[in-house]
Amino acid sequence: MLCPECGKRPATIHYTKIVNGNKTEQYLCEVCAHEKGEMPNLESGFSFQKLLSSFLNFDPSFSEHDSRPAMKGQTLRCPTCGMTYNQFGKFGRFGCSDCYVTFRTHLEPMLRRIHGHTTHCGKIPERTKGELKLRRRLEQLKEKLAHKVQAEEFEEAAKIRDQIRALQEQLEK
Amino acid sequence: MSLQHFMKNAISEWMRVKGPQSDIVFSSRIRIARNLAGLPFPTLSTASQAEEVIRMVYEAWKKDPSVSSLKKAAFIRMSELTPLEKRVLVEKHLISPQLAEESPNGAVLLSQDESISIMINEEDHIRIQCLFPGLQLEKAWEMASQIDDWLEKHFVFAFDDQCGYLTSCPTNLGTGIRASVMVHLPALAMTQQLPRLLPVITQVGLAVRGIYGEGSEALGQLYQISNQVTLGQSEEEIIDKLQSVVKQIIEHEINARRRILAQSGIELEDRVYRSYGTLSHSRIIDSKEAMQRLSDVRLGVDLNLMKDVSASVMNELMVLIQPGFLQQYAGQRLDPEERDIRRAKLIRERLLLESQENPSSEV
Repeated sequence: MLCPECGKRPATIHYTKIVNGNKTEQYLCEVCAHEKGEMPNLESGFSFQKLLSSFLNFDPSFSEHDSRPAMKGQTLRCPTCGMTYNQFGKFGRFGCSDCYVTFRTHLEPMLRRIHGHTTHCGKIPERTKGELKLRRRLEQLKEKLAHKVQAEEFEEAAKIRDQIRALQEQLEK
Repeated sequence: MSLQHFMKNAISEWMRVKGPQSDIVFSSRIRIARNLAGLPFPTLSTASQAEEVIRMVYEAWKKDPSVSSLKKAAFIRMSELTPLEKRVLVEKHLISPQLAEESPNGAVLLSQDESISIMINEEDHIRIQCLFPGLQLEKAWEMASQIDDWLEKHFVFAFDDQCGYLTSCPTNLGTGIRASVMVHLPALAMTQQLPRLLPVITQVGLAVRGIYGEGSEALGQLYQISNQVTLGQSEEEIIDKLQSVVKQIIEHEINARRRILAQSGIELEDRVYRSYGTLSHSRIIDSKEAMQRLSDVRLGVDLNLMKDVSASVMNELMVLIQPGFLQQYAGQRLDPEERDIRRAKLIRERLLLESQENPSSEV
């Protein structure tokens, strides 16, 4: 049926209103319902977790028939807890912290969808703080080294290489 | 400390202090999720692994109760509680529905003033929750972070350089933080601005829920607003963002209250007093109606339209009339019809007591 209010659009919304015990039923199109302020607030009752499982299945094809030859016929499974990516998709929960390593390659697009970011920049545990700083510095130095080698600035590169070695020794302790 | 302490009073000690903006923001909450390295997350852990987590937290607390507010605390296992007792703790927001219903190996460490609860073996090994009255997210975060530091002295948390704190569900990954505020928005509801406002809040990356969290209905115009993103922003940024949105909502609510008062003051007063009449005289009342009426009266109290009732009684009643509490109070299980009768009686008696304490009242 057409919306009785505007007579233009189909009446897709049907609602029952009870005011002081008087029941009235009405059919409206979405636009008119909005205008009359009769649209229920759907957002508030909507569960984020329910949405999540649809997020997670962003690429259901990859674990069963992944196009990459190395992955063909294999199901990605966490070696520590035994969870497969498919199970995770249904469940919405990882089994253990190693799942984050196992499924890392598939994690990035998902995290981007959920959070809009992929890298943590909040609080860091006190005990890993020092080590983390060293490791970040190490990565920076390695990048710098690659640049210097490419630019054929070998003297500079040698200096950086020594710094990297020193850092690595410090980290191994 | 005995369990009775937490069962008896509807109002937690922390609620007795008036917080900033408490006419609109009832409470601020910070919850952070942590997991112990080397153990599967609770959803996959065996009973003995879950027991190990409980034992570790318990021993850390016994050995080193260095967080002063946790010196006097209670360590309660979910298996020790009746379903009704668990429900009361949920209604007071001291434990999550998930810990009560889906965590057979769950436990909680609860501070005496009920502002801190450390939930064990819920969705994650450890969830630290701090509640503060009014709008005090920073304070709540400070406290939660302090407890996190204390626990970190005793355990190694699952942490990854890139992903941050590892959580069972990727929606909590990174900071593991969920900051939320409980706001009372009766004037925005009356002026029909909520259907426009709430979707905007979701658009800026925040979530709006009813008073008992995910999937729960908004009762008594109480809404929980919380952050959604936990990765890629620092805890301070997340809190700042939520705080600034909440401040704008507060402003809208204040403006709406002013407008109603100026344009239809007598109608508002009429509504407040009618609701008060219903509360103080009805013989049967369901929780939905009771919450709505309490919301009206609370608005009247906040706008000084009503001087004979205190805001804290309204807070107390909002918890007291919940099904779990009502049954705990009655000392027995009640079917919904009986509950509605008991609820009406309880409200009547509580309001009568209040008016006797304030002889100036004009009812």
